[in-house]
Amino acid sequence: MSDSVPVTFVLADGERREVDAKVGESVMLAARSSDVPGIVATCGGSAMCATCHVYVAEPYAGGLPPVEPEEDGLLSFTVAERKANSRLSCQVVVTAELSGAEIHIPDAQV
Amino acid sequence: MGDAGRIVVVGSGHAGFQVAASLRELGYVGPVALVGEEPRLPYERPPLSKSYISGDVADETLAFRAHSYYADNGVELFLGDPALEIDRAAGVVNLASGRGVPYDQLVLATGTRPRQLGVAGADLDGVVALRSAVDAADLRRRLESAASIVVVGGGFIGLEVAAVARRLGREVTVVEALPRLLARAVSGEVSEFYRDSHQAWGTEVQLGSAVEAIVGRDGRATAVLTTDGREIAADLVVVGIGVLPNDDLAKGSGLAVSDGVLVDEELRTSDPRISAIGDCARFPGSWSGRLERLESVQNAADQGRFVAKRLATGAEGPYRQTPWFWSDQGDLKLQIAGVTSGSDQVVLRGDPRSRSFSVFGFREGNLIGAESVNAPMDHLATRLLLGGTTPLSPEQAADPTVDLRELARGATKVAALTAEADS
Repeated sequence: MSDSVPVTFVLADGERREVDAKVGESVMLAARSSDVPGIVATCGGSAMCATCHVYVAEPYAGGLPPVEPEEDGLLSFTVAERKANSRLSCQVVVTAELSGAEIHIPDAQV
Repeated sequence: MGDAGRIVVVGSGHAGFQVAASLRELGYVGPVALVGEEPRLPYERPPLSKSYISGDVADETLAFRAHSYYADNGVELFLGDPALEIDRAAGVVNLASGRGVPYDQLVLATGTRPRQLGVAGADLDGVVALRSAVDAADLRRRLESAASIVVVGGGFIGLEVAAVARRLGREVTVVEALPRLLARAVSGEVSEFYRDSHQAWGTEVQLGSAVEAIVGRDGRATAVLTTDGREIAADLVVVGIGVLPNDDLAKGSGLAVSDGVLVDEELRTSDPRISAIGDCARFPGSWSGRLERLESVQNAADQGRFVAKRLATGAEGPYRQTPWFWSDQGDLKLQIAGVTSGSDQVVLRGDPRSRSFSVFGFREGNLIGAESVNAPMDHLATRLLLGGTTPLSPEQAADPTVDLRELARGATKVAALTAEADS
């Protein structure tokens, strides 16, 4: 089994960035370690700030573990509109199932 | 787009990094330089006293951005080269290497340094403080072999380190001079809960007890002597007795300082070309009307964004953000919204025995903040309420049948409607 999977971040302006995301780390860290812009992550992944908001494209969003109450609460703090496929990328762990996923970054985090 | 010319940021911590990053996100095209005392690329500090020293977080995940980010975004780095003086007449920051960095606008984000323990033996090997990644790497290494640890100071850093050390199976004693833990930051109820929790984890907590001296053998610490006459064996002494703002650079160049660099409500120092942000800045607190200095990631990041926006776009108006803070100790997540130290009434919501509760602080009947333990929804609702216009009464705060989130949602709607009406 591969230790990393390809994931494509789609920036707010439509630019696509394919990165190798390490299985087991958060989607937020995957974006940050590849210098994908648009994910702020002020609190560094401590579920405090809601500035690593992403939209996970289907069918991948439906396959993720459900939003926990804490993440749900933080999602009411996002600057960009919350949608059905909104997630905080620090709370989404990269798994083999996420291989090929398209993750859209909103136009604003703060 | 405003033209602030060449912007130089002194300090490569959270606040300094945020200014540089936000300037570019806002489309600022002028030159930007980041000066830092530490040679390392800007990195996350919160894990240093938590998951990093426990070994749960790898060194390479600490950096905010990879090296390429700075070149790609035109942020010139002067790292490992402390700023020694500001020549305000010439508009130049002089660095230890002898280099001079010219500026049109300067942002001071110089942070803090640990307060030193001024007792005999404080310079022995095995007596350490924790501020930088270098300190944390050293502490992590020492924790692997230490048998008995004395933590001097029952503040956030000390208690986070104590929790990790205890989880690693070490003997741990916390020595705190004041009669309760976290005395500067939280209510008596939360202090008491944390004392009980640390004791339940097997840590000895000595309150109202100061350090008289540290004794050692062959240059290495072996025990801590307290003012109440105890001798506590220790091969590692972690000193966490607070921090002092790094305001000497500002002071030396004639800027107004008073336990921090003094700034106005737009975070400008007494020189309009120089701003100060983050841990080192003392600013008018929108919640208190008094000058405040906050030591937190939230404050560093929000003030960094605020100044970047002012410089990049010419935006005017005062800095106003609801403070928030967190601390991870063992299985407990403490979250603080607002600043609760000015409370004249505190209200308990939930039961500390359930290990999930909040203490709400009120002043003259108005909500000013909340301290939540393993109660993230209380915390989040409080942040929304503090930022909105819907009041929360002490009775509602104490009543578990009142849905704070619904109330908070109403607050957000009202705030949104008000904003619409204003525009």
